[in-house]
Amino acid sequence: MENFNVFVPRLLDAREYFSAGHRACQGCGETVAIRQILKAVGRNMILVNATGCSEIFSSPFPQTAWHIPWIHVAFENSAAVASGVEAALKTLERKGRLPKREICVMAIAGDGATADIGFQALSGAMERGHNMVYVCLDNEAYMNTGIQRSSSTPFGAMTTTSPPGRLSKGQKTWKKNLPEIMAAHDIPYVATLSPSYPFDLVRKVKRAVEVEGPAYLHVLAVCPTGWRSPTAETIRLGRLAAESGVFPLYEVDHGRYTINLDPGELRPLKDYLGIQGRFRHLKPEDLEYIEERVQANFEKLRGKARMTAREDRKDRKKTGRPRPRQVKKAARSKK
Amino acid sequence: MSKRVGMEVSIAVSEAVKLADVDIVAAYPITPQTHIVEHLSELVADGDLDAEFVCVESEHSAMSAVVGSSAAGARSFTATASQGLALMHEILFIASSMRLPIVMVVANRALSSPLSIWNDHSDIMASRDCGWIQYFVENGQESFDHVLIAFRVAEDPAVSLPAIINLDGFVLSHVIEPHILLDEEEVARYLPPFRPVSRLDPDHPVTMGDFATPEFYLEVKKAQEAALRDSRAVIDRGWKEFAELTGRQYQAVETYKADGAEVLLLAMGALGETASVAIDRMRERGLSVGLVKLRLWRPFPAEDLRQALGDARKIVVLDRAISFGAATNPVAAEVAGLLYDAEPRPRIFNMVIGLGGRDVRVEDFEAILEKALGEDSAPGPVGEYELIGVRE
Repeated sequence: MENFNVFVPRLLDAREYFSAGHRACQGCGETVAIRQILKAVGRNMILVNATGCSEIFSSPFPQTAWHIPWIHVAFENSAAVASGVEAALKTLERKGRLPKREICVMAIAGDGATADIGFQALSGAMERGHNMVYVCLDNEAYMNTGIQRSSSTPFGAMTTTSPPGRLSKGQKTWKKNLPEIMAAHDIPYVATLSPSYPFDLVRKVKRAVEVEGPAYLHVLAVCPTGWRSPTAETIRLGRLAAESGVFPLYEVDHGRYTINLDPGELRPLKDYLGIQGRFRHLKPEDLEYIEERVQANFEKLRGKARMTAREDRKDRKKTGRPRPRQVKKAARSKK
Repeated sequence: MSKRVGMEVSIAVSEAVKLADVDIVAAYPITPQTHIVEHLSELVADGDLDAEFVCVESEHSAMSAVVGSSAAGARSFTATASQGLALMHEILFIASSMRLPIVMVVANRALSSPLSIWNDHSDIMASRDCGWIQYFVENGQESFDHVLIAFRVAEDPAVSLPAIINLDGFVLSHVIEPHILLDEEEVARYLPPFRPVSRLDPDHPVTMGDFATPEFYLEVKKAQEAALRDSRAVIDRGWKEFAELTGRQYQAVETYKADGAEVLLLAMGALGETASVAIDRMRERGLSVGLVKLRLWRPFPAEDLRQALGDARKIVVLDRAISFGAATNPVAAEVAGLLYDAEPRPRIFNMVIGLGGRDVRVEDFEAILEKALGEDSAPGPVGEYELIGVRE
């Protein structure tokens, strides 16, 4: 522990921007992610929070868990609100009403607020190119209202609106692939993150802040309450999700794909699904069916990463050096 | 600057927004608001207005974006109409509850279905209780002036509430009228720079838009309601100082040849001008009729209106929207409530007029007023109203 206290603050801000004492459930994965994300960004930020668990458990008037400027407006519009904040800072700095300064404008929202009700606002904000970071905290259902299915709920999962029954195996549809949809917007940076891999998470958040223009981060937020999983297993579940290929850790930096964790042979799916009560009703043949799809998706992703590697090799041959990493231009507020 | 310039009312409104040196415009196109935002886009594109025009993907996002920009400390403007206002509905309430002094022009238009791009007030009446200051303007000059007045009042730290300027779609927004514009120096004297009560600032972190348990919600709502009611004093001061600057005097309720009239006509928005022609004609014929115009809709100027209606025994209340299935229509309900205690209680003739752009002529007002003159003043059946010009 002595060494921990010496080295960790060098890697990560020792200050807390998200207080203890909020009202999240025991073992809440999203809370761990928020804490790590804020440490990665630091104090120069403005956070727009969509309605959902994190908003509710962090801001019961007259208390707040936030040590940074924070605003909540509604469920479906955090990307639009953040657009307004970003545009305001840009204009006020340009007009000399505020000193020029790098402030990260970040929106955080759950999977329902991102993949369903806030999808249009998100797509609009990304298309307009606002210099902002949008973070989806994906716990794979509407947990705040009591575990109802969203378009981000995985196939077969039990939720209160996708219950298994005589005619049902639970969620009937495959999880909407938000990171790929965002990559299709041709924004500078898209990445998947997990608080089970804090240093990967921190590096990606910093990269998202650094790039000029919109960045989209998709975080797997393990939810013991909704997933019916032991609260002590949250961090392990995040690792199992990555190792089994269900939630691949990868990034798309200016169109270039990198898989950050490729275990080679994927871990058996039942290791991950087996400790979650929401998949308890599935039979071995159902697991096989899902596993096929998981493997195919991972293979597709490997294909994209290989394509990037090929392009890099070609670039190197042409120029004698790897393609330069595109970083933020100096003056954001230049018109 | 006192030269009269002929220009489209929408263009004049945009020029006022430019003079207000607005920082952020976030808007989505909808007829008949389009000329306002198109001209603002041009002003930004030419560098005449140093602002960001956020071309959002919906009105819901337009309102959300100006909530964000206002919270970040930027003077923020948007404009919409009809379906656009309906789509914003959810966020309207949040903007006022969060006390963000956004100014919005609503080019009033009918709500679907059937789809109608034409003028009435069904859009704003459906969002009536959104907690914003709400003005109704009658002509181009009032529209231009009220953009500046609205910002001045909304941003006053004692008020800190958003404001809607209701401007009748097409019949006002698209007509060319003479306007007396102000210059930058005059505006600078009237409208100080926006100094937000609090803003999103990393050096002074605040939490905005928290959630409240039943122990706290009620008190927040009380404070909000008190702020809207108390804004009246600031609105009056805003009008008074505007008059000192320009000589143009506005009041919450205005009367026209109303003294001692047997029948008073109560109108809002652009219909007021048409109605005043009818009053002139009928007064010439020796008929005892007068006009009362309601410029301020929220906070409702109850006392002013009671005085303006005076001792009139018969009051014709115009509504530009139907409150489906209600005891009576929006404006009439307000007036009936106001006059409940009046002794003797006057008779209210509620006329729903000009829905979905149905033309309203001077003769229509004459017919309505003549009919009221012919009736006695004993109160009629509850909820009785007439749809003017409807084909049975």
